[in-house]
Order: sequence, then C-alpha cells, then structure tokens
Amino acid sequence: MEAFTTHTGIGVPVRRSNVDTDQIIPAVYLKRITRTGFEDGLFSAWRNDPDFVLNREPYNRGSILIPGPDFGTGSSREHAVWALQNYGFKVVIGARFGDIFRSNSGKAGLLVAVVAPDVVDELWESVETNPEDQLTVDLENRTIAVGEKSYPFSIDDHTRERLLNGLDDISSTLLHATDIDDFEATRPSFKPKTLPAHTAD
Amino acid sequence: MGKTLAEKVWDAHVVRSAEGEPDLLYIDLHLVHEVTSPQAFEGLRMNGRPVRRPDLTLATEDHNTPTLNIDRPIADPVSRIQVDTLRQNAKDFGVRIHSLGDRDQGIVHIIGPQLGVTQPGMTIVCGDSHTATHGAFGAIAFGIGTSEVEHVLATQTLPQTRPKMMAVNINGELPEGVSAKDLVLTLIAQVGTGGGAGYIVEYRGSTVEALSMEGRMTICNMSIEWGAKAGMMAPDQKTYDYLKGRPHAPKGSEWDAAVEYWDTLRSDEDAHFDVEVDLDATTMTPFVTWGTNPAHGVPLGASVPAPEDFDSEVERATAARALEYMALTPGTPMRDIYVDTVFLGSCTNGRIEDLRLAASVIQGKRIAETLRMLVVPGSARVRLQAELEGLDKVFLDAGAEWRAAGCSMCLGMNPDQLAPGERAASTSNRNFEGRQGKGGRTHLVSPAVAAATALTGHLSAPADLIGV
Repeated sequence: MEAFTTHTGIGVPVRRSNVDTDQIIPAVYLKRITRTGFEDGLFSAWRNDPDFVLNREPYNRGSILIPGPDFGTGSSREHAVWALQNYGFKVVIGARFGDIFRSNSGKAGLLVAVVAPDVVDELWESVETNPEDQLTVDLENRTIAVGEKSYPFSIDDHTRERLLNGLDDISSTLLHATDIDDFEATRPSFKPKTLPAHTAD
Repeated sequence: MGKTLAEKVWDAHVVRSAEGEPDLLYIDLHLVHEVTSPQAFEGLRMNGRPVRRPDLTLATEDHNTPTLNIDRPIADPVSRIQVDTLRQNAKDFGVRIHSLGDRDQGIVHIIGPQLGVTQPGMTIVCGDSHTATHGAFGAIAFGIGTSEVEHVLATQTLPQTRPKMMAVNINGELPEGVSAKDLVLTLIAQVGTGGGAGYIVEYRGSTVEALSMEGRMTICNMSIEWGAKAGMMAPDQKTYDYLKGRPHAPKGSEWDAAVEYWDTLRSDEDAHFDVEVDLDATTMTPFVTWGTNPAHGVPLGASVPAPEDFDSEVERATAARALEYMALTPGTPMRDIYVDTVFLGSCTNGRIEDLRLAASVIQGKRIAETLRMLVVPGSARVRLQAELEGLDKVFLDAGAEWRAAGCSMCLGMNPDQLAPGERAASTSNRNFEGRQGKGGRTHLVSPAVAAATALTGHLSAPADLIGV
C-alpha cells in the first residue's frame, strides 16, 4: 500500500445522505476478478445524468469526495473503495460512514476523514462557490485546509499510523504467528471443522 | 462487573491485545463466495501464502449463479469466469466448496446453519454484509471486505477494535400475522440506517425468545441495515434443538461439553450496555418500505410520507429524491401500490419456514395476472425439502415460478433482475436504487405480505384476503 501523508485536490460535493455501496458501484460491475477497472461502474446510475456533479467541470477532475452522512452503508463490497480509487479519489470527507466501507478504505489506502456535520456544510458551500480552490488534506496533522480556513478531522490512531507508513496488515499480523499458534492450541475440541466434509446424505 | 454475551464471545477469541492497537481476534469460521474472494486469493498467490486453516473455511457459489438451467454452463461469460475462478482457487488452496448443482450449494448464510458449522460462541466472518445472520446462534458474525478476506485466509485472525455494546429489548407477543421481518423493519425505521454504527447489538426479550431460529436469523440478518457491526442472540434450547444432529454439530461427549459452554453464553445481570433500545412487539403491524433505504418504512396500513415529515434538510432531500425514484406521491395509501413482481427468497427470507408460510397463504389460489412471482429457495436443500412437502406445486399451481437456489433478485447480479421502472414487493433486505436491477423499484416486505400481494396485485397482508 502506498503511504499517505498529504493530498491536495479538487473537492466534489455530493449532497446526498445514505449513499450506499450499491450506488457507489452496482452489483453487475462486481464480476471482475482484478482490483482495477472499476471506475466505469462508479456511481454508474447517476453518471448518465449530465447534471451529476462528476459530469461537470472542474469536479470531473476531483480527487476529494464530500458526501452527505451515512456514506458507504450496505454491502461489504470493497469494490466500492476500488471504484473510487480507480477513478482517482484519494480522500472521502464526511460526517458519518458505513463501518465496513470505512474499514475497507483503511485497508486499501483511501483516506476516510470524519468531520462534524457543520464542517461538511461549510466545505460544500466552499467547493460550490469556488470550485477551483483546492483542498489540502494533511493526515499527519489531521487537518483539511481550503482558502484561509482549516478544519480538523478525525481518524483512529491505528488506521492513521498504517496509512502514514503504507503498512500491510497481513505482514504485521504474521509477526505474531506464535501467538496464533498458542491460541490455536487452546481451542476447545468441540469447535466445528469444515473438513473432512460431512453432509446430510 | 459482569459481561455481555458479545463481550464473552469476544474475550474468548483474543489472540493478542496491546495498548493502542486493535485486538487480534481468532476467527472460527470463514465463509467464502465468488464475488468478494478472487482478489484475496490472488493476493495470497502473489505473496506465496497458503490458506492457514482450510478446515475452518467453507466456500459456495451464490451471488452470480443462475436460478434456471443450472445444469448448463453459466451463460454470462463474466459470471462464469468468476465462478470458475472460485472453483480453481478452492482446488488450489484445498478449500471445501459446494458448487452449483451440489445438494449443499446455496446462499452462504443459509448453508452455514444448515450444515451445523454455525454454532454458539463462535466468531464467523464472510465477505458479505449479511453475515450477522449467524448471530442468531449466539456467534459474533460480521461482514468484511476483500482485504480482510485475504487477511483471514492467510492468518485465521483479524485485527478488530472492540465495538460498543447495545441491547435491543423486545418484549410482548407479536400480533397474529406479524413476523420477524415486520419487527426488524419497524426497528430500522425507528433507529435509522446509521443507528447501530459502531455497536454489536444483542436482541433479547420475550419476543426474541418466542421466535423460531428462522425468525431469529431474519432479524440478525438485517443488523447491517441499521449500521450495526453485528447482531446476536443468546443461545437457548431452541438453538440446541436446531443444531442437534446436523452434519457438523458436535456428537456424544463433545455435544455435552459444547452445551455446557453454550449455557454460559448469556449477558450477565450486571453487564453494561452503552445503549439500550426498548420495543413493544404487541403494537407492531405488517411493515413495508416506501423509499430507497431500509429505514424508509411505514406500517402497511399507513400512507406514503412527504419530505416535510423529515427532520433535517439532507433527510428531506433524500426523501424527495426517493419519492421521485419510486414514482410515489405522498399521501398514497401503501395498500394502493401495485407491483409488477413479487420476489420470495434471499438470505433474509429464503428459509423453509418462509416458503411454508407463503405457500400457506397462496395454497389453492392464483396469483394476480398483472404480475410475476419468483420463488427462489435459499439453498438447494431448502428447495429439496420444499419439494418433498409439495410446496413447489403450490407455487407452480398458483402461477409462480419455482427456481433454483441462490441470491438471485436480491441483488440482481444474475439474470434475475427488475427492468427499469418495474416495481417489486421483495422479501430481501435492501431497497436501494437499482439494487434489484437498474431503475427497478423495491418495496421490502415479509413473506406473508409478499404472498398476499402476489394474490391481490397490490401491497396486502393475508388478513386483507378474507372475503376476497
């Protein structure tokens, strides 16, 4: 995973709440077996509408998404994160997110910055009034700067640390392989195993 | 201080705990399907990593699979590649798989309980947000993304931050004709789609105790629809009776040891919940959705709300947009909404009890000529059981379609989709825009409402059929 320190880009206002992962990328786009190429499916139902924000200059060049509350609810599909990244988004700023989406973002290297609801309102106002004014998101200091203003955002320490260092979770966990071995030795014998396979026949 | 059920199960799975870091949790069972796993297996391959515990892993094909002509190759080449990729990955990594055509194939959350690999006190994950279904057995079960799927395949663990604890206390007898689905839709409308975010929820109270295992699974299944990390229920005699004798249930002295442990899986009297929600089941009625998220629900006897009925500006805008998408006018009685399709199935309501209930409503009648009804059993075994009981004949005689098992129209990833503008009453879990097909309009309903609606053509409950 690429390390994330700061990012500067155009903010894209999506004034909608409850943008679930089916809206971010519908199921019919989930059939690929790669992690790339999902940008075509991003907000696919809405992109037919010429007035949709991503069809307008300069938001079509945006890299910081600013949606309403409860973004990324619903399905666990990490493809939603990949679709945003494949399109070019580096950061999503919002007041509240679906848990699985937020977790997936942290694993895949998309920064989810949580701000107070009134900050979302101010950012919307700002990027709609002055669309070319770029936002700078600083993960080290947990701030979002635009024009003269600066806003704090929150992200849990662990995810921040991993993003700053571009750390891969599996390697970190495997450093504790002996802890896993030790734990496994204590598991009760009545816990089910899927192999050998038993069926009702 | 005592512990909650969730805390007991959580604490029993902590492999490693360190200040400032998430707990490293051991995973007892990892369920895998074709859509969220290919990139995870590819990651293992690129790093030369094996699956650590194939014997705690189980794969099936459900999201993409057709429900017609299942003995032929999958017609959609992209779906076929994804399913073939899972088969190859299962073979390469030694993972058990139940493929299309196999008697144990089916929706991943139906086959786990059916095989008896879902048991109390376990940690269960799957790259699917409806994994909380398994919480009905007293397990901590939750959906994960593909990066986490890879992590579990490689390590059989997951780093997890301990969620907060919530209790939903549901008491009283559900009125006649009101089911677990109505209950959970009522709850979600009350708490909102984000109401459970950050919590493991324990559903408890006399209503929950009175429910069958199928009904309990329906409620836990929809935990994610109000944002909860997981939903669970304390195991009891009903849980044990359901499990006993299943292919992977413990046997002999192992069974006794297991039950002894399972009996401890109840929240202590002095356990602390960060939040408690109380619901009175006696006031509940059949409940249906009008909008485009599962919290957009009202009693069947109510009318379509207006945007002004909502508190915040953003919610009013969302409601206005939902009404436009759903082509509904505020004030329209829900019962006056006519549908084109009825879908009975999914991990929410595709179990044998759901099919029995719907069949009992439909028995000896014909569905309305203005609509089609798809009946899609949740698993191949549910289908076989239903056929043994003659339920297939009830549906077919009524004019419905009897299909093979899978996720089907719940998410419209296979050919079972709504056409643009088509309106459905669906026993599934999500009424999102385009979820069941681009431009499709979904009303979430219980199996009983689905069956009555199929007969009348408009949203109805079985009670409406008297005298018809």
